Amino acid sequence: MNDISTWDIVRNLFDGAVWTLALSLTAFVFGGLAGLAILFARIAKHALPRRLALGYIEIFQGTPLLMQLFIIFFGGSLIGLEISPWIAAAIGLTLFTSAYLAEIWRGCVEAIPKGQWEASASLALSRFEQMRYVILPQALRIAIAPTVGFSVQVVKGTAVASIIGFVELTKTGSMLANATFQPFLVFGFVALGYFALCYPLSAYARTLERNLHGARSH
Amino acid sequence: MALVRIDALHKHFGSNHVLKGIDLDIEEGQVIALIGRSGSGKSTLLRTINGLESFDEGCIEVDGERIHPHETDLRALRQKVGMVFQQFNLFPHLSAGQNVMLATRIVRKMPEAEARELAKAMLLKVGLQDKFDAFPDQLSGGQQQRVAIARALAMQPRVLLCDEITSALDPELVNEVLAVVKDLAAEGMTLIMVTHEMRFAREVGDKLVFMYQGRVHEAGDPREVFANPQTPELAAFIGSIN
Repeated sequence: MNDISTWDIVRNLFDGAVWTLALSLTAFVFGGLAGLAILFARIAKHALPRRLALGYIEIFQGTPLLMQLFIIFFGGSLIGLEISPWIAAAIGLTLFTSAYLAEIWRGCVEAIPKGQWEASASLALSRFEQMRYVILPQALRIAIAPTVGFSVQVVKGTAVASIIGFVELTKTGSMLANATFQPFLVFGFVALGYFALCYPLSAYARTLERNLHGARSH
Repeated sequence: MALVRIDALHKHFGSNHVLKGIDLDIEEGQVIALIGRSGSGKSTLLRTINGLESFDEGCIEVDGERIHPHETDLRALRQKVGMVFQQFNLFPHLSAGQNVMLATRIVRKMPEAEARELAKAMLLKVGLQDKFDAFPDQLSGGQQQRVAIARALAMQPRVLLCDEITSALDPELVNEVLAVVKDLAAEGMTLIMVTHEMRFAREVGDKLVFMYQGRVHEAGDPREVFANPQTPELAAFIGSIN
């Protein structure tokens, strides 16, 4: 019953990989925006936004991504919302990404010496202006490498979306494995696909890190 | 009327009572040298004047701008009080000129061209007119500190606070910074300096304030106070640094 050629497998996996990429990008862009908002809450002057942000981060860091997806996907239909696997996966991964990015970026903001806050406060800048013009531009420098590094985790994290039936790389792979009875070959290609997506990112993160530790270019 | 009035100021760090009722009036154009051992409260006192440290009791008034304990809106006050730090604290991602322009652009909403002219004038004042485009890490410590002074002056403060501004400098760079401060004093800028430069305090200061265990222990004309300390603590302090 081998009317599915290796070429067919590769071609189908490629289509799946495109969805993996689309889901990763969506999660990364919206997760980044939400993460920035959570970052501001996390380092706010008042305790309430700080606590809410911390709670949010703890929830998403302290539970498996798979459970988060289940809750969104099945919870949605429980309250009568028809959520497609794509939407559920996009929402789930966005929330997951935002929690991690907010925490990574908080570390970067806190790495900026206290003297920068004091000097900008002494010049009568508001807290928002301090962030916008003094702290974030410096924190961004330090944040680039770990942020790109984390994007690798997002790409790999999209694999769990296969469990709620979203047809990305992993799901395509398991369907093909069932059809061809060649799981080793198929999942070998799937793994290669992830590697092809992730390796350039981690290599890029390493380069960025090296450059940032070296001479500063203005 | 005094430009800066400090009334019965108290501050605690937890159970540690660091300022125990400070009263200090500073007239316009005066140069005040705050001296004392580390832990005497002199830096904390300086930092309460622009709200970098909160206080628990008492009141601070600068040029009619009054702040009470736990005040959070300090923008008006900070536009009247400039500060220069021991570690310079220049913004490393901005050039010297941009460091000086930043607050005038954002806080004073000054147009770009005007802010640039002002920044150039301020850099000229500290002798660094040719360093407008240099980044902090391309400047020596003394140059960085002079840029920091120019940055504070660009906001046209009524008072300039100097927190051990020469302590992080190599000895050969101290004088170029002190020369700038001396010029400011001669122009009539009101200066409050925490300093270990006793010779400078004696030459340029109008008033010496010796802090001891959270109190103003002795104060007066620097030459007289140095020549004739009234308390054994000040005598010991002067003895220890000479």
